[in-house]
Amino acid sequence: MNLNELTIKKARQKLVAGEISALSLTVACLEKIKKADSDIRACLTVCEEEAILEAKLADQRIAAGEQGSLLGIPYLCKDNIMTKGIRTTAASLILGGYTAPYDATVIKKLKAAGAILLGKTNLDEFAHGASTENSAYGPTRNPHDLSRVPGGSSGGSAAALAAEMCLFAIGSDTGGSIRYPASFCGVVGLKPSYGRVSRSGLLSMTSSTDVIGPLTKTVYDAALVLQVIAGRDKLDATTALEDVDDYSVELASSFSLNGLTIGLPNEYFLPELNKQVAQKVKEAARKLEAAGAKLIPVSLPYTKYGIPVYYVITPSEISSNLARFDGIGWGLANDKAQDLQELYKFTRGQGFGPEVKRRIMLGTYALSAGYYDAYYKKAQSVRTLIIKDFTAAFKKVDLLLTPTAPHAAFKIGEQVNDPLAMYLEDVFVTGASLAGLPAISVPAGRVDIEAGRLMPIGAQLIAPRLEEKLLLKVAEILE
Amino acid sequence: MAITKEEIKHIAELARLDLSAEEQEKFGAQLDLILGYVKQLDEVNTKGVEITSQVSGLVDVWREDEARDWPRDEVERALSQGDLEGGQVKVKKVL
Repeated sequence: MNLNELTIKKARQKLVAGEISALSLTVACLEKIKKADSDIRACLTVCEEEAILEAKLADQRIAAGEQGSLLGIPYLCKDNIMTKGIRTTAASLILGGYTAPYDATVIKKLKAAGAILLGKTNLDEFAHGASTENSAYGPTRNPHDLSRVPGGSSGGSAAALAAEMCLFAIGSDTGGSIRYPASFCGVVGLKPSYGRVSRSGLLSMTSSTDVIGPLTKTVYDAALVLQVIAGRDKLDATTALEDVDDYSVELASSFSLNGLTIGLPNEYFLPELNKQVAQKVKEAARKLEAAGAKLIPVSLPYTKYGIPVYYVITPSEISSNLARFDGIGWGLANDKAQDLQELYKFTRGQGFGPEVKRRIMLGTYALSAGYYDAYYKKAQSVRTLIIKDFTAAFKKVDLLLTPTAPHAAFKIGEQVNDPLAMYLEDVFVTGASLAGLPAISVPAGRVDIEAGRLMPIGAQLIAPRLEEKLLLKVAEILE
Repeated sequence: MAITKEEIKHIAELARLDLSAEEQEKFGAQLDLILGYVKQLDEVNTKGVEITSQVSGLVDVWREDEARDWPRDEVERALSQGDLEGGQVKVKKVL
């Protein structure tokens, strides 16, 4: 087995036993990136020199007897998260030449833990999308079939991990952007509760739902990464005040789910759901049942309004958050502009791609005089009803089990001219985002997409707010 | 309820977004389609329902209003990325 194919857990055992070094682990990942990434195109920046330096430092710390769950472990990070001294583009031309002056809190924590940053991964521009085709630097390809998308918006992170370029990857999830590509690429993707992980240093998209989280090869590894990145942060006033649980302590040891009730929401298993996906998620449900859980049907009647609510609230917050890209002080500045107004308009017209412009236009419209009540306020009210659905369901059940995506990965270019069809891809993932709940996608097997070609799909578990510990424990049974 | 060309121009102006004629037409049609889809929210009775603008559960997070030191190298890197003149960020003429 090549070193880059190890899980975090196995690699740590080998590092502690002195069988391998952080440097050899890092070099194995860098070599895999060199070999495979010209086809997959998951990485926008590879920081080889810095990574090798960090690996040598990690080896010194290990030699000095330091312990740590991520010490010496190489990872890749989505390129909408600030990394000091390393290019951060958000896959946009407007930040093409931008180098972050400071590290995001998540990066600081990973650095302190001794994890090694290998580079930055591709995404839909500013995380606006579900296929990674909206990147200004070209699409990433799914390692399981290069003619297909990896999902998005954390598609580079999911594809890189599935191709074994790193031991884990960091993504961000606003309305499914970790879970959905994890499903398409056959890896584990965890969206923590809103506020469980600091957003400081994440380029803001939808401030009321944005969360940073891990993509990993196993649920256990997801627990290890979450443990390091979770917690209150003075630089993000929306971080949760509650203490961080010990996530990995009950994993692997407990195989009984006796006394636990898992809800299967009717609205996530409608007759039109792809039959193979339905079957795989039902198989996952039976695994939980076999482990002692009780399965019951539940209803989340406002589910069908998740997408329309999300696609009012998200563009609205985007139109406001992306106002900061004005050609002044950082990023692209148009050189034809004669005055300030032209500088704003020309820079933004030149620097933003089609999906970003579309969302800014939608959001500006929804927030403009005369339409604010009809669109934005209406969506915020229905958001309350969606949250109440979940609150009511969690009075009857401990967790919810659903599909992550309505089908397996589709072909590159297949849906590129139909923005509404792309928005509908998020049907199973927006609910947990709007309600701020933790959710995880775990590989649930493969489905036949054409003439015997098999592609991965995921099953999603959703838990009450800050119940990541329970979520991870149950998710591990699904592996 | 189709969005008019004038409305698209007005929204682009509000958003400080320079759009080509082609983009205006394309986004106009797409906005119509998307807004038509989200209009299904009108079916929902939201009378008396509170709005949700955030889900952190937090209210009034305060801190002391004090200046803190920021590492010099980070300040310099932050300031080195735009147009500068005499240590000040340079902007285009306003009038």
